[in-house]
Amino acid sequence: MISASCAAPALRRLFWPALALVCVLLSNLLFAPGFFRIEIRDGHLYGSLIDVLNRGTPVLLAGLGMTLVIATAGVDLSVGAVAAIAGTVAALLITRTEAGLLTIVTVPLCVALLAGLCNGLLVVGAGLQPIVATLVLMVAGRGVAQLLGRGQIITFEHAGFETIGGGYLAGLPCTVSIVAAAYVLAGLLTRRTALGLFIESARDSPTASYYAGVPVGAVKLFAYAFSGFCAGLAGLIVASDIKAADANNAGLYLELDAILAVVIGGTALTGGRFSLSGTVLGALIIQTVTTTILTRGVPVEYTLVVKALAVLGVCLLQSAGLRRRLRGSAVPQ
Amino acid sequence: MGENALLELRGICKSFPGVCALNNVDFTLARGEIHALLGQNGAGKSTLIKVLTGVCRRDAGVILLDGQPIHPRSPRHAEELGIRTVYQEIGLVPHLSVAENLLLGHQPGNRLWINWKQTHRRAAQLLREIDLDIDVRLPLAHFPVAVQQMIAISRALYTPADGQLSRRPTRVLVLDEPTSSLAPAEVERLFAILRQLRDRGLGIIFISHFVEQVYAISDRITVLRNGQRVVTAPAASLGRVELLAHMLGHELASVQAVEPTARGASADAQAGPVLVRARGLGRRGALAPTNLEIRRGEVVGLAGLLGSGRTELARLLFGIDRADTGSLEIDGQPVRLGSPRQAIARGLGLCPEDRQAEGMIPNLSVRENVVLALQARRGWWRRLPGRRQRELAARFIDALRIANVDPDKRASELSGGNQQKILLARWLAADPRLLILDEPTRGIDVGAKAEIERLIQQLCRQGLAVLFTSCALEEVARNAHRVLVLRERRKVGELTGPQVSLSAILHLIATGVECD
Repeated sequence: MISASCAAPALRRLFWPALALVCVLLSNLLFAPGFFRIEIRDGHLYGSLIDVLNRGTPVLLAGLGMTLVIATAGVDLSVGAVAAIAGTVAALLITRTEAGLLTIVTVPLCVALLAGLCNGLLVVGAGLQPIVATLVLMVAGRGVAQLLGRGQIITFEHAGFETIGGGYLAGLPCTVSIVAAAYVLAGLLTRRTALGLFIESARDSPTASYYAGVPVGAVKLFAYAFSGFCAGLAGLIVASDIKAADANNAGLYLELDAILAVVIGGTALTGGRFSLSGTVLGALIIQTVTTTILTRGVPVEYTLVVKALAVLGVCLLQSAGLRRRLRGSAVPQ
Repeated sequence: MGENALLELRGICKSFPGVCALNNVDFTLARGEIHALLGQNGAGKSTLIKVLTGVCRRDAGVILLDGQPIHPRSPRHAEELGIRTVYQEIGLVPHLSVAENLLLGHQPGNRLWINWKQTHRRAAQLLREIDLDIDVRLPLAHFPVAVQQMIAISRALYTPADGQLSRRPTRVLVLDEPTSSLAPAEVERLFAILRQLRDRGLGIIFISHFVEQVYAISDRITVLRNGQRVVTAPAASLGRVELLAHMLGHELASVQAVEPTARGASADAQAGPVLVRARGLGRRGALAPTNLEIRRGEVVGLAGLLGSGRTELARLLFGIDRADTGSLEIDGQPVRLGSPRQAIARGLGLCPEDRQAEGMIPNLSVRENVVLALQARRGWWRRLPGRRQRELAARFIDALRIANVDPDKRASELSGGNQQKILLARWLAADPRLLILDEPTRGIDVGAKAEIERLIQQLCRQGLAVLFTSCALEEVARNAHRVLVLRERRKVGELTGPQVSLSAILHLIATGVECD
């Protein structure tokens, strides 16, 4: 995926996220015996690790899109709302029409892509601050989803569609293959074409990139559209998993987890290189923490606090500034 | 000057690591005098002002104000001593009202509350002193730049009467490029105020690149070059050509002696077909309508002082700014360039003047910086394979003789000269037909300069057209087959072939009229 010459620094950047993931996993050896047990039932793999992969897919997908948006010095707050729209559109297609599986999947994805494009146009064309531009859709998008579903949770039954979130492929949940495909797609798009170079260059010096002929606006537009598409995929998975479209709760706070995954993964909000693999590690860290808390049976009212503390710990572990300070204070003493 | 001297600087020296910015500079400002300080970039003007206003400390020398030695420690301290400065960037707060801007920090009132009525009255009174009658309650941004400039001057003149601060009334006013964003009528208005202040006995130090304005307003002129004072003379007795020669560093005799050099290729170049033709190309406030022709294989020089419109012309040709008059033809086809991308698609390239902000992508590698323009021209889909990128980088690092550069190093780690070469490499890799080089030799060492000049000549022989601008007129004279001379944002003449000489360019810039 990455050419040999820049493989070394790219791998070095992944060191701290990887270390953090290992730490979080190892802590389960102490807290949650049986966390690493994987069973085979009916040819399918079961276990907490598989569960992490499966449950982590919405954040993983949203995180991939978010990585590219953040790499263009933006942020996409609307991914949760877009996921809700995609789920609702799919549910409507199932319950109200006789559409085939292909339509049920493609139409919501196109809607999500359009939503992402709208974000991009607001940022690039209208020159709005990314936070403000995507905040519009974050609020309005959920409203649109509620309107589409007339404020009701739309439940459905559709064997084909349900395999997206609940089915298995080669022993693993289908969701894992979907994420893998999205990851490969994002990797190919950014590293096998010049998009990655353009994104990083436009982020580093927009003026110089513009003068060198880099299509700065188009690159941003692509990032937002891709983020919308990923959010749509996440929305389909969520809807398929619960066999319902819940406009109020589907994808709630997804954007925040996605941003967190990107940052934990080593793509700085302040710019520089971006790392899709880092985001994957970041999302896995978040999901592992969540799953650990759930399997440990931490009382519900503690979950959010414990999760926040765990994430804080991971962030501190990775903080280059903190490491420098610790090293600096160690020397004079 | 003797007794009439208001401010005297004697033997001022200031070094920064590796650079001697000021070397034994003397400067005297008389009471009731407007004294212009001139010099090219890096001549030491701003360092001298910084020493005077306490931004940095002098290494050696004496500053006397009214015969008393002073030691300005900070801009605030200099202000308290009566030395006030109005900078090029006006340094006011656009969204606050005029009155707030004027009295910021000194509003009348008690500790808790501001007395707004009194604030407004005092602000209006201050502005009336410089004949400005405006509503002081409106935000600053409501007014044109010229008025803002005058408000800035008014603020510089203000001395709070409350006696809390041991501020002395303004004695010395320093104006750093006050006219660079003003229209001619506004300049006149500003000058009227300056003359009025001078007649009140203030000493004014006036820094500007506009030679005509310097002559219009100043009583005396001091020229700095390479950190040394070259000349101080009454404006009336210093000829324009002489002044320029002092600024640019040529003794008059040698200017006249310089012969056109190595322009053998010019005859062949003239034979090349016209690549770019501009008719009446201009933009309000940036460049008066200008005609221009560039042929294949030709080096066209753009000569002029800073602010003469060189960069503006380059930006118009490259589609960064849109022209609002005139037309542009490339290869005989009329074109309207709306962005650098469109210019690049038609075979243009631009090495911008400001390498740091407009050229380098600091955190990308040298290799990525080199391939960027070519990749942008190919489009995002047709990525240059890694091997091809490394080949290109290696080829141009070799061709431009860039020593000791790892193509995977971050571009920001390179020296200025190497960064410039990397930018050249970027455009050469993109294979343009016209390369616009805006100050390609600024801030780089002599060896690298010679390399770049050699390269320009070589590329021209291969049919590339080059538009070359430089502050260093001898470089323009040496390299160009044809020279366009710009002065105060309009083209004042064109010199071709044997006419191109340093003295002819100097004469045109100084007087705006072609000799003979």
